[in-house]
Amino acid sequence: MLRAALPLLGLPLAGAAATEEPTREPGSPGEPPPGLALFRWQWHEVEAPYLVALWILVASLAKIVFHLSRKVTSLVPESCLLILLGLVLGGIVLAVAKKAEYQLEPGTFFLFLLPPIVLDSGYFMPSRLFFDNLGAILTYAVVGTLWNAFTTGAALWGLQQAGFVAPRVQASFLDFLLFGSLISAVDPVAVLAVFEEVHVNDTLFIIVFGESLLNDAVTVVLYKVCNSFVEMGSANVQAADYLKGVAYLTAEMASLSAILAVTMCGLGCKKYVEANISHKSRTAVKYTMKTLASCAETVIFMLLGISAVDSSKWAWDSGLVLGTLFFILFFRALGVVLQTWVLNQFRLVPLDKIDQVVMSYGGLRGAVAFALVILLDRTKVPAKDYFVATTIVVVFFTVIVQGLTIKPLVKWLKVKRSEHHKPTLNQELHEHTFDHILAAVEDVVGHHGYHYWRDRWEQFDKKYLSQLLMRRSAYRIRDQIWDVYYRLNIRDAISFVDQGGHILSSTGLTLPSMPSRNSVAETSVTNLLRESGSGACLDLQVIDTVRSGRDREDAVMHHLLCGGLYKPRRRYKASCSRHFISEDAQERQDKEVFQQNMKRRLESFKSTKHNICFTKSKPRPRKTGRKKKNGLANTEATNGKPPRDLGFQDTAAVILTVESEEEEESDSSETEKEDDEGIIFVARATNEVLQEGKVSGSLEVCPSPRIIPPSPTCAEKELPWKSGQGDLAVYVSSETTKIVPVDMQAGWNQSISSLESLASPPCTQAPTMTRLPPCPLATEEAQPFHLPYDPRPSFAFPPSLAKAGRSRSESSADIPQQQELQPLMGHEDRTRLSPRTANSHWCIQFNKGGRL
Amino acid sequence: MGSRGSHAARIPDADSIRRETGFSQASLLRLYHRFRALDRNKKGYLSRVDLQQIGALAVNPLGDRIIDSFFPDGNLRVDFPGFVRVLAHFRPVDEDDSSMRDPKEPEPLNSRMNKLRFAFQLYDLDRDGKISRHEMLQVLRLMVGVQVTEEQLESIADRTVQEADEDGDGAVSFLEFTKSLEKMDIEQKMSIRILK
Repeated sequence: MLRAALPLLGLPLAGAAATEEPTREPGSPGEPPPGLALFRWQWHEVEAPYLVALWILVASLAKIVFHLSRKVTSLVPESCLLILLGLVLGGIVLAVAKKAEYQLEPGTFFLFLLPPIVLDSGYFMPSRLFFDNLGAILTYAVVGTLWNAFTTGAALWGLQQAGFVAPRVQASFLDFLLFGSLISAVDPVAVLAVFEEVHVNDTLFIIVFGESLLNDAVTVVLYKVCNSFVEMGSANVQAADYLKGVAYLTAEMASLSAILAVTMCGLGCKKYVEANISHKSRTAVKYTMKTLASCAETVIFMLLGISAVDSSKWAWDSGLVLGTLFFILFFRALGVVLQTWVLNQFRLVPLDKIDQVVMSYGGLRGAVAFALVILLDRTKVPAKDYFVATTIVVVFFTVIVQGLTIKPLVKWLKVKRSEHHKPTLNQELHEHTFDHILAAVEDVVGHHGYHYWRDRWEQFDKKYLSQLLMRRSAYRIRDQIWDVYYRLNIRDAISFVDQGGHILSSTGLTLPSMPSRNSVAETSVTNLLRESGSGACLDLQVIDTVRSGRDREDAVMHHLLCGGLYKPRRRYKASCSRHFISEDAQERQDKEVFQQNMKRRLESFKSTKHNICFTKSKPRPRKTGRKKKNGLANTEATNGKPPRDLGFQDTAAVILTVESEEEEESDSSETEKEDDEGIIFVARATNEVLQEGKVSGSLEVCPSPRIIPPSPTCAEKELPWKSGQGDLAVYVSSETTKIVPVDMQAGWNQSISSLESLASPPCTQAPTMTRLPPCPLATEEAQPFHLPYDPRPSFAFPPSLAKAGRSRSESSADIPQQQELQPLMGHEDRTRLSPRTANSHWCIQFNKGGRL
Repeated sequence: MGSRGSHAARIPDADSIRRETGFSQASLLRLYHRFRALDRNKKGYLSRVDLQQIGALAVNPLGDRIIDSFFPDGNLRVDFPGFVRVLAHFRPVDEDDSSMRDPKEPEPLNSRMNKLRFAFQLYDLDRDGKISRHEMLQVLRLMVGVQVTEEQLESIADRTVQEADEDGDGAVSFLEFTKSLEKMDIEQKMSIRILK
């Protein structure tokens, strides 16, 4: 291919290279540079890579151009466009160079271009579907191909005997068989290119595509056998040789062809490869494969087009061409109908007539046939030129005409299309259940059928293969239910991050209303607090009584910042990790994604399931409230809003990863039904704690999980209540300041543990698990709704809080609704944290609050 | 084979069973042979132990539950009609079946709903018509490998229930169950070809 492309490329290159290449020249020292060495021509040194790069460049340019106009690609398959482009390119070169010595070379095709495509298709083949239909695929691939080869060859021979083929086509019966064998191969590249755009249903797709993948093996073997016969000469072939041929065929089949091997490699390795590499690498592998395959495919089709222009290679015979076209269509259809009839006797879901039509029509020939016909030896097969011409016509006809018409045909026949729906956990779980049920029923019935063997295989795989081929920590990843769960999580997280921008912009509106503050002082004191960790020494009693609007603003601002700053930071991290990949960064990212996701889940769950009206109605009163009031009221209003968006986010790490946290908080108070209000409480309380510093201490408090995600415990150490819990009891009169942090801390520990369990291999998890009390499932079963509610019906929220809640304009309006919704949410969201620990915390609070 | 006919004749109420389950004569005979083979002591019914003897069933994570489904209402034995009735759920659906059927007759055992109900009952251990979170967790524990921790299982269970739960009662009712599977080809996925 490379040598062949030289004339094509040399011409435009002569101009381009002359200007580009020499500029690089001076950079190469070593030789004593004569004065004019600047302009030395070094084409041969860079020829091969340059041509490869140029081919890929042209191919990708073509792809990009094709994709620019959706309209064209939706009507015309890409393969057609590429072939046409190849024809045009070939025509240009032919006109310029007068001689076209380049073409699709079989060696290049089989060694470089085909493997990436086949590996890609094998790798991305839905293996379950493939094995579900393995019987049909194998039948069509083996029996169908043999049938096609022999019938087409025989029919063409008959055509010649009947005198429809010009006598100048000198071909024996064996030659025709050889031709039949090479022309019968349904080409995976062509089929894939067309069927990927058509979107027929999965079963049909996998049968046609699987057949095209596997029948290459049969075709190549058959071709080799026939070729050896032809080379022996038909006169020398004896009956024994046919037997030998069959033996050879069998042997070759057993050893399989390279194409088949690559397919199976792709099919088999996918599971284990994916389990063993990280998510990022998986993406990399995926795109590398797709890119390689796409490049190879493009190059193949373009070369096919270019090769066709070379008229010196082929000779035309109408009888042969038309006969071949008719026979391959006819015999494929006949073969499909016959085989389907047999197969339907054994299939649970029979293939209906429409499927058969599509399958017959989808038998596209392609580059494999072309490469094989080029490989023929002209001395042994005198009619080679005719065969080449016929093959080119057949390939063009099938790819262009059938490729163009198959889409309308599929539409017209109303073939069941594939429907893409998001995977849901339920479906995944139930599918597994069904598999197990069927396997069990087969056991009971005593029939060792497909399900039985699949079950066997899965157990074998679980016991031995996976142990052998996977990292220990990777076992989990390959569990499909877990995988779906994980993917759903990631998707939620991504969609949440996308929405994060909106939240930021909407809350950004409140920014101007805030007085500017001394950021220098803020940071310095924050640092001070961080270093000394002496927040507990502050006189909290003073803070408790004084509640200035400014502090609230600080809190708001803080929430805003840590909510708003989240996204850019994450981006930065991502770009950083491109160059420097550390396990730690990955882990952190996972944690953050998980946190985000859990929050998102809860939010969406609540809003979609239970209180749509709630979320809708809520912002409105807030806005009005903000309009009405000025000054302090204004800050209150702003205070009300951002924490809903952002404060929630801040504490998401605490509350949402451990969903029961939310339940705890919301249960514990009559007024505070929503978790975010609980967070306001947190923010305000801590705000008060630190107010004496005359700066927003909340910066220290709320973001604790978020700002220092990798080392939360370290953050906790710096937190005032953590370092001086004993002190707090002495100094602090308002117990709320103590309780909430303690609670947060517990929650934080748990969220960390749950996150660790996500990000790290399970074995490291034992300690964190022990920290968690067992979940009292039985009691939950018995009293789904009332249990979380009952233990503290008389519980009154700390006065400061209640006040704070009521001070907001919307709280009173929301209360009834919230109360209705509460039990459901409480039940839903409760997960890991045992009510026991929760109670103990809140009991303290209750008592102390009462004292207050 | 002459003995075949006599075998078929020996199946008690072969005709009524066939009417009820829709099995062909050959399948019924096949099942009868299997039933007799499983019935070790030739006692005319199967007990739990008989089914537990099937080797592969012991490895099946849902094996116990499936065995349980052969013994409804706390029965300790299952006779041949009962045995066939359970298996009839897995008979493939054929098109002419539904068109020819008398609307007054009850749905055939292999209808979509009945297939789903069979699966649903494997989840719903306490038979209250709902898959609670706890029940979901138990199934997940069976299905998901050991490598996933309890905590993660719980969050998966939560998510699964949440996903299907539409009325917000924290459990999956049969209606919600069918709804979550409405895109799936149950007729195909819950059928075994040989049970024609």
